[in-house]
Amino acid sequence: MIFGAIVAGGVGNRMNLSGLPKQFLPLGSSKKPIIIHTLEKFLMCDQLDYIYLGVHKDWTQYAEELVEKYKLKSEKIIIVAGGVDRNSTIFNIIDAIENRHDVSDEDIIVTHDAVRPFLTLRMISENIDAAKRSGACDTVIPAVDTIVESKSGKVVTNVPNRKYLYQGQTPQSFKIKKLKKLYLDLSDEEKSNMTDACGVFVARNELVELVMGDTFNIKITTLSDYKIAEAILGGMPE
Amino acid sequence: MINYVYQLVSPGIISIKYEDIFLGEEVIVKPTYMAICHADQRYYMGKRDFNKLRGKLPMALIHECVGKVAYDKTGTYFTGEKVVLIPNIPPKNPSKIIYENYAKGSGFRSSGYDGFMREFVNLPTDRVVPYKCAKDSYMAITEFVSVGVHAIDRFKKTAHDIKNSVGIWGDGSLAYVLACMIKKAFPGVNLTIVGKDAYKLSQFMFSDSTFLAEDLPEDFNIDHAFECAGGEGSYYAIDDIIKHINPQGSVMLLGVSENKVALNTRDILEKGLTFVGCSRSGREDFENAVRCMEDEVFMKRISRIIFEDGPVGSTDDIHRVFQNDLNIPFKTVFKWNL
Repeated sequence: MIFGAIVAGGVGNRMNLSGLPKQFLPLGSSKKPIIIHTLEKFLMCDQLDYIYLGVHKDWTQYAEELVEKYKLKSEKIIIVAGGVDRNSTIFNIIDAIENRHDVSDEDIIVTHDAVRPFLTLRMISENIDAAKRSGACDTVIPAVDTIVESKSGKVVTNVPNRKYLYQGQTPQSFKIKKLKKLYLDLSDEEKSNMTDACGVFVARNELVELVMGDTFNIKITTLSDYKIAEAILGGMPE
Repeated sequence: MINYVYQLVSPGIISIKYEDIFLGEEVIVKPTYMAICHADQRYYMGKRDFNKLRGKLPMALIHECVGKVAYDKTGTYFTGEKVVLIPNIPPKNPSKIIYENYAKGSGFRSSGYDGFMREFVNLPTDRVVPYKCAKDSYMAITEFVSVGVHAIDRFKKTAHDIKNSVGIWGDGSLAYVLACMIKKAFPGVNLTIVGKDAYKLSQFMFSDSTFLAEDLPEDFNIDHAFECAGGEGSYYAIDDIIKHINPQGSVMLLGVSENKVALNTRDILEKGLTFVGCSRSGREDFENAVRCMEDEVFMKRISRIIFEDGPVGSTDDIHRVFQNDLNIPFKTVFKWNL
């Protein structure tokens, strides 16, 4: 089976637009919440058997009501409480999956940030194909800017060759059992430094295939991101 | 849901428009295969009147397309059901007498409205027709076939009962499809194709005879005629038809001409000819076209004029298929992976 996992565990609101976490802010002419735009794109993928939404525990009821309001309620959509960070939200979703289904070695999870509503069906499909082939994949775009490394935060310690650098996006997709096995193998220190699920595979020298993303597959985390997203869709908030 | 629309913004330049579409009472289709029409190619190359182009662009091209139902809240279609997309936008109050494709207030996708080069296409439920045929790439030209179906339907309703011989002027894709349809609808008719290109004419091996226009015998005659030349060839084709058609014959006009065409009205009057303009098609024609495509002989004949280019997975690929199409004598189809 193939499971969608939309990660929306945060309650952060760096935009000062309302008291709502950013994934619930309205976007586009429909004024639908960002998370609904993302969920609708996942619903277009007939390869996904179930779509899990990992939402902060204080907002699960709100998310349920939103799904109902937009007439998307179905057995295919399951809302679960998220964790303290991205990875723990993913593992809460995996726990929920395991409680409901007998997970096999071939079962796949397609994880995606709720605040990236510009993803395409192509990205989801290519993620599924790549995860089937390689066990894990990451959606990326080639780095345009030169990336510099600074360990002190004051002086440059390294300038990696840009042709080998990519910017990570989501979806990121994995064989569920393999992801869990590798994660449990990590030390607590490794886990605490692991901000990205693909890092779990890389830390254990396992293959992570690249899937091409899109420049417009932006992550809406700040007010300027939000304004850019509205502008892309033809609106321009004051 | 946020949708990607691949628009031609000016000749040869494609840009993506991001639009917010509603999952309401419409069916959401994921396009799978598309075909290029001469009209799309004229837009892409900028071979339209400047003011017309300026009025219509930016616009997504392509009106020949099949896809799979991705989502349908109305429950009319099941997820994954294969459908042909209908580009015609009928008026709000359709007439029972006037065909939807000619009605005032009707529109057409890829001519003033975005065509089907999009990530998803949202359409009213009556704007798709289900099909079962396994050959999706061939089914991509169903819209094109439906234009032929429509012309044959009008021919049946217009032309008198003497249908011993029919001539088609033109040797392109439309002429080929019409020839297939005439042979299917009127198996006993003597069918002649009159064209300008010996190679293209050689493809019409199931017709009874073919002629290069300049070699047409003086005593050649037909009961009815279809004009599929279009462009600068329209004048010569229509003039030939008026000369060679028998009295009270019907002349079905299908070729699109950018310029006005002079007509020999003296001979039209003397012979009592009927001219019928045929353009585009409606839902009923699409349903009949799908049935036609299920006929094995018809499908095999149609397959001879279809060239499948590589899949389209980027805007660069969109440019590639339009460029390659310039060297294809008949129809270009391609898989849509965007």
